[in-house]
Amino acid sequence: MLRLDGISRHFGGLPALDGVSFTVPRGRVTALIGPNGAGKSTLINCITGADQPTGGAVVFQGRDITGLPAHRISRLGIARTFQNLRVFPRLSVLDNVLCGLTGQGGQSMIMAMLRLPSLRHRERLLRLRAMAALDCYQLGDKATWPAAILPYGDRKRVELARATVSRPDLLLLDEPVAGLNADETAGVGEQLKRLRAGGHTILLIEHDMTLVMEIADQVVVLDSGRCIAVGTPAEVRRNPVVLEAYLGQTEACA
Amino acid sequence: MSVGRRQQLLYFLALHRTGLLVGLLAAALLVYPCLQDNPYTLGLTNLIAINAIVVLGLNLFIGYTGQISLGHAGFFALGAYGSAIATVTAGLPPWPAIALVALLVGLIALAVGIPVLRLTGHYLAMATLGFNFVIHTVLLEWDEVTGGPSGFSGIPSLAVGQWAFDSEIRLHYLLWTVTLLCLLLSLNLVRSGVGRGLAALAGDETAAAALGVDTRQAKIKVFVLSAVLASLAGSLFAHSFGYLSPDSFGIFTSTDLVTMVVIGGMGSIWGSLFGAGLITVLPEWVDLFETYKDFVHGTILVLVLMFLPQGLVSGLVDMIRIRIALQRTKNAAA
Ligand SMILES: Nc1ncnc2c1ncn2[C@@H]1O[C@H](COP(=O)(O)OP(=O)(O)OP(=O)(O)O)[C@@H](O)[C@H]1O
Ligand SMILES: [Mg+2]
Repeated sequence: MLRLDGISRHFGGLPALDGVSFTVPRGRVTALIGPNGAGKSTLINCITGADQPTGGAVVFQGRDITGLPAHRISRLGIARTFQNLRVFPRLSVLDNVLCGLTGQGGQSMIMAMLRLPSLRHRERLLRLRAMAALDCYQLGDKATWPAAILPYGDRKRVELARATVSRPDLLLLDEPVAGLNADETAGVGEQLKRLRAGGHTILLIEHDMTLVMEIADQVVVLDSGRCIAVGTPAEVRRNPVVLEAYLGQTEACA
Repeated sequence: MSVGRRQQLLYFLALHRTGLLVGLLAAALLVYPCLQDNPYTLGLTNLIAINAIVVLGLNLFIGYTGQISLGHAGFFALGAYGSAIATVTAGLPPWPAIALVALLVGLIALAVGIPVLRLTGHYLAMATLGFNFVIHTVLLEWDEVTGGPSGFSGIPSLAVGQWAFDSEIRLHYLLWTVTLLCLLLSLNLVRSGVGRGLAALAGDETAAAALGVDTRQAKIKVFVLSAVLASLAGSLFAHSFGYLSPDSFGIFTSTDLVTMVVIGGMGSIWGSLFGAGLITVLPEWVDLFETYKDFVHGTILVLVLMFLPQGLVSGLVDMIRIRIALQRTKNAAA
């Protein structure tokens, strides 16, 4: 599905990513873990075109997408969420989710200004899809609210709904449960399982190890910009290098 | 059964609210000259119509792509002088001249926009201001073509067959028809998928790009659209008044236009109409404001941006929406 070939990203000489290579298999959940500052978010940015890698190649469905602008990559069927929430505060919850269907809403400004019947029909269908997505995340009754006033957990789910509503081929999630309480985390975990059961391919960045161990098919461990281990959750959990670099460190912090 | 009827009616009203509001406004404008036939007042509302066309485009650009332009009086000037030169100097018929000029202005906007829209914030404001300054200087200095400081006169009225739009009442119908059409097109645009992409762009450029919005292209397209609308308004201005003075197209006109957008509120199409109306009539209502017009408008601009950065009308609307939603949660919790 997605293959990374020696991705590097240097910020003024300092390597945030240093030759990262792994593949994300179709229909599976791949978890990307690593200590703070390991370069996980930078990697997602490089895949989605929000940032350009200084070296290496990103290959998606056999096609080299390295260095394409973000909107082109998005239209190829790669959706993402952001670590520090990026919902549109002034738009309603429904409109936020509809923004996830921008690709299906038509591109021509002139057609949009004429608002022909075919376009209205399509608008209605998109609305239905967006409402269905909101219902999945228990946000249906807040559809008309401005997103700005939602509590943090709800906004997090709005972003998730926005990223999944278009049924993307590949979903990149940057810490979807960070800052959520136990109930909310469990709810999002259920959603992720449902997405996996629906055949979605997911690359998941997460610090919550219980969640990772529960839903990941493959775990990739990043440390200081290098990929130090790839394997099933059980393998990675036993890997001494990982224990030292990652788990050991978090235990030391705790 | 009657409850069902009533709900059907409410549903119908809610579904077609935009169309109904535009229809209502059209009806009001249709009868307005019967109630108010003072040519001076009609001239003023005609000026509102012209300004509203520019402000609609400018609000799409400022409110929906989150950019800034202090140069739209330049495009307005190009439309006005373009039509004047095309009809008087080159002898073209007025209607095709309007279309031709709008096309040319669109191309100029494209040529200006491609390099300039790489900039953001203050730099973009300065660059567009510079553009306006260049146009204004050309109007003043190139007097063989533009008439220089003494202006350009003798521009013919628009006409359909023998029917010339040469009185205030006739102009009222012409100008407001065009304005309502522009209003309708803008409302359609912002209610579409493309419009949502633009609203996303105004909210957060990175997120919009990640959702498939071609941010660079969208900015340029809306910039060109707003320039074409400004040009159209300029052409209508030229044919309505028959006389142009470079004073109408200075940088303070540009800041007035931005003030109208800000009063109406970022991204509020209906607010644009209100902003254009208020700022156009304000100097007429209060003499003091006329003398210190630029000062007053500047103060309004600063105050609104300080306290309601979304703009006056849409800022208030946002506040009300938030209140209502919070009230509902409280009721639900209780
Ligand atoms: N724009 C930037 N300029 C300079 N350095 C950057 C930039 N973005 C990230 N970095 C650096 O790159 C490194 C990796 O950052 P990144 O955000 O990818 O970490 P992360 O693995 O996502 O961490 P976290 O778990 O805290 O989210 C960090 O050392 C960070 O300081
Ligand atoms: Mg991160």
